[in-house]
Amino acid sequence: MSNPQMVMYDEEFKQINVVIEKLLREANSKVIFLVDKNGQLISGVGDIEQFDTTSLASLTAGNIAATGGMAKLIGEKEFSILFHEGEKDNLHISIVGGRVILVVLFDNRSSLGLVRLRVKKASDELTTIFNRLLEKAEEKEKSGETDFPFAEITDDDIDNLFS
Amino acid sequence: MSFINYASREINCKIVYYGPGLCGKTTNLQFVYQKTAPDAKGKMISLATETERTLFFDFLPLALGEIRGFKTRFHLYTVPGQVFYDASRKLILKGVDGVVFVADSQEERMDANIESLENLRINLEEQGYNLDKIPYVVQYNKRDLPNVVSVEELRRELNPTDVPEFEACASTGEGVFETLKAVAKLILVDLKKGK
Repeated sequence: MSNPQMVMYDEEFKQINVVIEKLLREANSKVIFLVDKNGQLISGVGDIEQFDTTSLASLTAGNIAATGGMAKLIGEKEFSILFHEGEKDNLHISIVGGRVILVVLFDNRSSLGLVRLRVKKASDELTTIFNRLLEKAEEKEKSGETDFPFAEITDDDIDNLFS
Repeated sequence: MSFINYASREINCKIVYYGPGLCGKTTNLQFVYQKTAPDAKGKMISLATETERTLFFDFLPLALGEIRGFKTRFHLYTVPGQVFYDASRKLILKGVDGVVFVADSQEERMDANIESLENLRINLEEQGYNLDKIPYVVQYNKRDLPNVVSVEELRRELNPTDVPEFEACASTGEGVFETLKAVAKLILVDLKKGK
């Protein structure tokens, strides 16, 4: 398959949240979330209750996919940073480690320069964590270790979902 | 690919509705949206033109419930059916876990069905998927119309590999949930194998 399955474990989830919470403070931003390129929300911090993060995640991934398609058409690998400027709120969207999307929502209490600077630092830390996560998943797969929750499910479990 | 989050105990899967223009992909999602309890669904998003033709995609998140303590979520997407939106269609297939091919049963749309199905196979291959190996079901839509092709003929042209197939009328909802359940079930069975 073109993309290995994304798996998130407790340990890395906590580490990721520490990094994005720090970024939230240091970049003076309102909301930060991480989305995988397929549009699944990985995590979010800040004022997330105010926003429909599931929809935002899906549209962000669509946005990155569309600009990625444009990049290829002009001979670029990808556009790694997108910036959307609104009247009050702005979105800074960047690709981390080639496969995860980092979204920072900020208003006039911060600035694009500050956000860019802090995102760069946080991206390096996130890349390290995501690489480790990938290695971990591969190791588990190789060793045949199955803590996979669905290995034991029965047809009844599946049918019950639809009852 | 599905996303398994052990930290929040969630599993997310992506289903894509594919098919020729005006075959009823968006209508399928709209019916699912209307008939799902408010706490089990998110907002339905349609990126459409002023004439309500899908421009990029429709998106509907559904939470089906729990399996073994894991919240099971399905993200439903449609592609734009019109031929010239091919670049967009390819993007939406990224990370797909299961596909529904919605065929328009009307006689005059037969060529469009065949073309769209070939297009699906090619676009999946570009993403590294094989249509014969992923969870996949076919829906024969618009069975209520007068000028429809027989199911036997549709099957011969569009379902040679004999995957689960459903007759439907998406505007009244007939067959819509049956189709969705079938593809969701195939995805979960695939996950069970732990591929």
